[in-house]
Amino acid sequence: MSADQEQRTIRCLVAKVGLDGHDRGAHVIARAFRDAGFEVIYSGLHRAPEEIVQAAVQEDVDVLGISILSGAHNTLVPKVIEGLKEYDAFDDTLVLVGGIIPDEDKEKLLELGVAEVFGPGTPMEETVEFVEENAPER
Amino acid sequence: MNAAAETELVEELLDGKHRALARVISKVEDRAPGYRDIVSQLHEHTGHADVIGVTGSPGAGKSTLVDKLAKQYRDRGETVGVIAVDPSSPYTGGAVLGDRIRMASNVGDMDVFFRSMSARGTLGGLSTATSDAIKALDAFGKDRIIVETVGAGQNEVDIVRTADTVTVLVQPGSGDDVQMLKAGILEIGDIFVVNKADMDGASRTVADLEEMLHMERDPTAKLDTGGFEKPDHPDEDELPVDGADTDEPDEEIWEPMVLETVAKSGEGVDELIQTLDDHSAWLDDTGRREAKAKQRYAAEIRQLLRADVADLIDDELARRGGVEAMAERVVDRETDPYSVADEVLGPIEDCVEEQRE
Repeated sequence: MSADQEQRTIRCLVAKVGLDGHDRGAHVIARAFRDAGFEVIYSGLHRAPEEIVQAAVQEDVDVLGISILSGAHNTLVPKVIEGLKEYDAFDDTLVLVGGIIPDEDKEKLLELGVAEVFGPGTPMEETVEFVEENAPER
Repeated sequence: MNAAAETELVEELLDGKHRALARVISKVEDRAPGYRDIVSQLHEHTGHADVIGVTGSPGAGKSTLVDKLAKQYRDRGETVGVIAVDPSSPYTGGAVLGDRIRMASNVGDMDVFFRSMSARGTLGGLSTATSDAIKALDAFGKDRIIVETVGAGQNEVDIVRTADTVTVLVQPGSGDDVQMLKAGILEIGDIFVVNKADMDGASRTVADLEEMLHMERDPTAKLDTGGFEKPDHPDEDELPVDGADTDEPDEEIWEPMVLETVAKSGEGVDELIQTLDDHSAWLDDTGRREAKAKQRYAAEIRQLLRADVADLIDDELARRGGVEAMAERVVDRETDPYSVADEVLGPIEDCVEEQRE
């Protein structure tokens, strides 16, 4: 079927989990992803981990970017990852975390299966580049 | 992706695995290798879902209303699939798909399968992708499938055409929007909904819409003659008595009607659901559903063929050194567009001719 040209586009879910109303970072990253040519789905504020899992599974995103500035990452991120595993969606989803994450927690998150943690001040290009290089092959 | 993996994916989808359904829709969107075989395999399992199209200008409240509709259907025990189409940037191809945010009533309910799609590229392939995605949801076993799209442009009209029932959303005070509706959407709408009916100007918009719809079939309706008799209308005998037109029992013709809702609070959603059910029953009773499906498939076959032939010709053009070079020859007056077209198409026509025997 040579006739069809594949039009692969990277799909991202930018998610705000838990009781955390700071979404400037999420908005900025959503814009940067859009301008990089990705399709971005934004979750909206105050989402429960199950909602994020539901969205990530149904939208079949390549990249799940979780933005947390509330300090609850040690509770919420494992829940999201568990949920993804439940739907067989963990293996081919690139999970990123952005926000205020202490160094010792960063190690723990990476062990859990988070691909990278981006702290404050990370240049947009760096994040976009990371996604372009590491988006899962499907 | 090989044939075995495709079959496995299809089987997983038919088994009700969400991940498989999501992946199939991605393949359809990406036009990934093998997506055609997947859709072919799914086709025999389709034809059970009721497809509802919801269209309207940005900010009319489509997503919020779709959320409420989905909730009601879920309360009745039906499963729901939603496809929300958003525009993408023509420059980068990127998009922010925001309709999901409004799906607040169905949080954590996996039996509402919500999928955002972007209008990728300008290839006009969107309606194909949408109808293939509908097939995937249908085969998965969804009872109701709602397709939501911004109602501007031919692309969108094509998409809503894939629905059994077309609902057009209008917001109050949008006099110019109603004007816009004249072109195209007025003809394809089965149900018109004035959303945000608690806002000023809602009744005015309802009246405008009704007037426009009535004009379509009865030019003298609501005509203010200042006490004089109304002029005769050739179809007058067939027309229903004033005011009774919305629920006339007449079989053959569906009279588009105007409803009012406040999607945010859920007001009027019951009536909308009732009307959707009525329309659905009408489709079945009159055999229109089947007729529509036939039309749709005919259009689909045509579109597929056209796209395939266009690709074939693109290959041929590339093989002959690209269309740019030909254009240059035309500019230099060495040849003309018609001759070039004949030159390219000639061999293909000969091939087809040969095969016909």
